[in-house]
Amino acid sequence: MNSSAIVREPIDPAHVLSLIGADQDGASLLFLGVVRDHDDGRSVGGVRYETYEEMAAQVLSEIVDEAARAAGTDRVAAVHRVGELEVGDISVAIAVSSPHRAEAYDASRYIIEEIKKRLPVWKKERYSDGAEEWVEGRTPDAAPAPQADGS
Amino acid sequence: MYGPVEIRTLFFASYKDLLGTGEIQVDLPAGATVSDLVSALRSRGGAFTVLPTAPVVALNMTYTDPTSLLSDGDEVALIPPVAGG
Repeated sequence: MNSSAIVREPIDPAHVLSLIGADQDGASLLFLGVVRDHDDGRSVGGVRYETYEEMAAQVLSEIVDEAARAAGTDRVAAVHRVGELEVGDISVAIAVSSPHRAEAYDASRYIIEEIKKRLPVWKKERYSDGAEEWVEGRTPDAAPAPQADGS
Repeated sequence: MYGPVEIRTLFFASYKDLLGTGEIQVDLPAGATVSDLVSALRSRGGAFTVLPTAPVVALNMTYTDPTSLLSDGDEVALIPPVAGG
């Protein structure tokens, strides 16, 4: 069963991996997005993710379903954390399992790219000098979302 | 004549910081579109004039375009460029 969630508590990768996998799957893939200590040459101490939570939950579920449909699996899980995060914290976890590796890699990549394109989540970086700034983001398309299989 | 429509309008991230509020109620005449809502917001003056003339908008949690017709009770969110992941 596919699953997706927007959460405020720390993400446990083992839990996300436990949501996928089946006897017919030869590939289980886990991607973690992690808060890094620098951005664009500036030293980052932490970040705050803000979200339009009800819409984000809906959009993430749609993205997961699109990826799963294209990959021919229903073992896809994606979790995005919001709130205050420190360097090293996991902000996003994506787990996919499928009979063969190619579909799992494709689905995982599709999900992280679509998150960056259209999930209503914003990131404010906190720099070591005390300044804070919203990270310049990407403008979502108003048009209906593309399908992962290109149809 | 049809009555006015009341729109629950939401702001996030940089827009919320800019306006100092995350939510306002806007009354518009019947037949108003997303584009009319944005014009009404910008005509409030002050920080509202800094909003883009054609921001990305979600109508009842779905991305939509400026020509979409609004109905009484709709929830419209102005979506700054997103930066998840």
